[in-house]
Amino acid sequence: MKKLGKIYTALIMFFMYMPIIVLIIFSFNDGKTTVWKGFTLNWYRDLFKDEQIIGALWNTLAIAIIASVIATVIGTMAAIGINNFKGKKRLLIQNASNIEILSPDIVTGVSLMLMFTIAGVAFHFQMGFWTVLLAHITFCTPYVVLSVLPRIRHMDYSLYEAALDLGCNQWQAFRKVVIHELMPGIFTGFLMSFTYSLDDFVITYFTRGATFQTLSVQIYTMTHQRISPKINALSALMFVAVIILMLIINIKDRREEKEQEQKVRI
Amino acid sequence: MRLKRPSIPYIAWMLVFTLVPIVLILYYSFTDRSGQLSLEAFSKAFGYTDVFLRSLWIAFISTLICLVLAYPVAYFMSRQKKSVQNFLTMLIMIPMWMNFLLRIYAWVTLLQNNGPIDTMLSFLGIHTQLLGNQNAVILGMVYEYLPFMVLPLYTVMSKIDFRLIEAASDLGANRIGVMRKVVFPLSIPGIISGITMVLVPSASTFLVAQYLGGTNDIMIGDVIDKIFWSDNHTGSAIALVLMAAIFIFLIILNLFGDEEAIAE
Amino acid sequence: MKQTKNDIIVSLKDIFVEFDGEVILNHINLDIRDKEFVTILGPSGCGKTTTLRIIGGFLEPKTGEVYFDGEKINGLPPHKRNVNTVFQKYSLFPHLNVFDNIAFGMRIKKVPKDEIKKRVKEMLAIVDLKGYEKRSVSKLSGGQQQRVAIARALVCDPKVLLLDEPLGALDLKLRKIMQSELKQIQQKTNTTFIYVTHDQEEALTMSDTVVVMNNGIIEQIGSPTDVYNEPVNAFVADFIGEANILNGVMIDDCRVRVLEEELECVDKGFGQNTPVDVVIRPEDIEVVKPEEAKLVGEVVDVVFKGVHYEMTVMCKGCEWIIHSTECSPVGTTIGMKVIPFNIQIMNKMFLDEKNTFYADVISSDKTENSITVRVEDSEFEIEGHYYEEGTKLAISIPPSGLSIAGDGVGHLDDVYIESVIFKGEHNEIILESDSQKWLMQSDVDEQVATYVPVKFDFAKAEFRVMEGENEA
Repeated sequence: MKKLGKIYTALIMFFMYMPIIVLIIFSFNDGKTTVWKGFTLNWYRDLFKDEQIIGALWNTLAIAIIASVIATVIGTMAAIGINNFKGKKRLLIQNASNIEILSPDIVTGVSLMLMFTIAGVAFHFQMGFWTVLLAHITFCTPYVVLSVLPRIRHMDYSLYEAALDLGCNQWQAFRKVVIHELMPGIFTGFLMSFTYSLDDFVITYFTRGATFQTLSVQIYTMTHQRISPKINALSALMFVAVIILMLIINIKDRREEKEQEQKVRI
Repeated sequence: MRLKRPSIPYIAWMLVFTLVPIVLILYYSFTDRSGQLSLEAFSKAFGYTDVFLRSLWIAFISTLICLVLAYPVAYFMSRQKKSVQNFLTMLIMIPMWMNFLLRIYAWVTLLQNNGPIDTMLSFLGIHTQLLGNQNAVILGMVYEYLPFMVLPLYTVMSKIDFRLIEAASDLGANRIGVMRKVVFPLSIPGIISGITMVLVPSASTFLVAQYLGGTNDIMIGDVIDKIFWSDNHTGSAIALVLMAAIFIFLIILNLFGDEEAIAE
Repeated sequence: MKQTKNDIIVSLKDIFVEFDGEVILNHINLDIRDKEFVTILGPSGCGKTTTLRIIGGFLEPKTGEVYFDGEKINGLPPHKRNVNTVFQKYSLFPHLNVFDNIAFGMRIKKVPKDEIKKRVKEMLAIVDLKGYEKRSVSKLSGGQQQRVAIARALVCDPKVLLLDEPLGALDLKLRKIMQSELKQIQQKTNTTFIYVTHDQEEALTMSDTVVVMNNGIIEQIGSPTDVYNEPVNAFVADFIGEANILNGVMIDDCRVRVLEEELECVDKGFGQNTPVDVVIRPEDIEVVKPEEAKLVGEVVDVVFKGVHYEMTVMCKGCEWIIHSTECSPVGTTIGMKVIPFNIQIMNKMFLDEKNTFYADVISSDKTENSITVRVEDSEFEIEGHYYEEGTKLAISIPPSGLSIAGDGVGHLDDVYIESVIFKGEHNEIILESDSQKWLMQSDVDEQVATYVPVKFDFAKAEFRVMEGENEA
């Protein structure tokens, strides 16, 4: 039975990774088709020369960083405020917050597009960097609220009182004590925002206007036109980036877990 | 710390960027091009009923397959040592964080004529069209959303106190009895959140069918995408119906979940 | 100790606090003298922590004034009060090490760096943690964390240090050590300590003054010897130390009847034939031959407690606890002698033993011989009695006619248990409903400060029709 579980899990893992590995293999193929023609790094060279792709990469990073920072600030503040609401009001705010998470991306995308189009006509602007940024902050913030709220609820409130007791005003107590207690939740929220923003295609696609490109939109354009092994190379690089990111998070988590264990032991 | 004020920016943000767009969708659904109150958009949207139902069907089948495939994996993961659990969680999450277009594109590469799988099957003397049908679409969906099913299931199962299982075995339950009477009821919250996380995006997805399916396999997401650029009103109506359907489904699912919890 | 007006450092005047309609502090007055070790003692839910939080500035009383050093400080936030707190769970900042935790308050006040270093070092010496500066607080033991918390509060040089059950999380042995250390630290630093605890022993060993609280009021203030030897009522006697508490009747000055025996005592001024509570400490009972004493009983249980034997003696249906260095084996009949000085007489906490309450008859059924009445917010049926609709009744039920509804369905719901005192035979329980207090007799140990449904036994009840003009 144990063996069966192992084999089965291995098969599922194979299913998950096989397509990505095939892409990576073909990224070194000296030919445009899926027939092996020999090893080359040309596609990687082409990729780095492609200004559109590099530009899109910078746009993606800029949007992800700015959106997740703003979302983290708004979301953390919101979580603190929401925690002080009671009963029905609190339920209302939390549910409203969850609507954004639960509603399909495509609905969020088209509804924001609708609004931006109308606002664009009224205030004379075109969709582009700013509209994408606003859209990303909109769908990122609820995730921050979601990850900070439980930390606040489980925080030992007397830590805050202790800070007041030792001479802090409210703001100092928040800055010097409370924020440290909420940090793991804030960080998780930031990380979620950052990755969802990086990964997003649907909402960006509808709110980007005519010219603004992000990496996922670029991928869409490339895959839509014709198959180019440059995409394979891009996949390989993104795969490596994801693995590095995962390792960093994992090491951080391990460290936190260890600290937690030590606390428990005492 | 006892202040409600810090939530004001977020509440304001939600009003502008969540509520206003939804109100706009509502407005556009119930008006025509001249701005008159009308149900024309819905009657046009009605023409896409078959696509709508097919989308729900494909989403439903994909979710079911995901559940069946993921359940044993989640159970297996939850029974491992902590370090192995962490490693396996990471393995499940890595593909999830790859760009979703790239993941679909990978299957296009794999399944295309003269692609790796086609070549292999040819060796065995099987010649079929792998791309451009509903099965390919379902395969793509399952591949996309499988991690979203495994993770919530695993999270819930890893919190099950396995002494309960030992206790159940001790009380004479056999392996199937243990699964049915202990593991399954305790994992229901995971099943519910797994279904939510797979069904919502798969029912509303677009592009997957465009990449992997044939011309007859387009889904409601693709329809919204196509129509919205030319006809906001009909597009809004379809989006509204889709959103309503999903929320009704989620409410029912959660009611079901609550009852289960009460029955415990 | 001299007591002049200037001696008072903290003064609470007529403090009233309620949450959601529930009274937490019921108009309390409390003066705390400078440089004293004051303990606020009481069971959980008595309002002692609330009192502390009011002094600390974490809570504003609904009405009443708080004075600090002669100045009114209502509304002053915690950081502007010259008071520091040691919290129940220590509340050390987990992201800072020992040094940074202790230096926290001084850094906020922008004390120069050298000064901070010097004072942290001094403080660590006082709390016996020399060389612990760089340790992470999460790696310290409970007792060490406690000391850091005390150091962190004291380094700010407060006039008053508030301690909220700071030893609660420690094991018994460590608690004993910390008790004497706390007292030493208090003397070394010459600071006023206001210490909150539910542990009477802790209160007696450490304090200069003990404040006994119950149900949001102060029952007694006095030195440890005072509250132990001269408790003002049965609650205090029961809560502090062990005591045999019995119902008695004052026959005349210096003569009290307990269990049908007349005993000599030293208390006067209760009047004739007044019901009273009689308190006798277990160590004040002398074991003598049966013929030498008025009270005679049989030993039913003996437990060796290290310093003395604890014997349980049955005397006329009542349980007595005796502490004695000599053991009388189970089964022996002994006499119990108490010198008059050691018999303490106190007024009953609750005078009306009839539990009279008022009920409106809202419907009645002649054929069934039953009525439905409304009492407070509840409505229920009483069988076997008939009165016309609209009658106002006064119903009296003796303490033995009240019980706590085991099935959860009572005549009155959510009745608050104010105190439970063992009176040798039964527990005497004081209950409080929306409009009145009740006395109940029970053989079960009920949990104080909880809400329970209460049932009446109407077979034991007396009914009286109120006359029209008496209606409120």
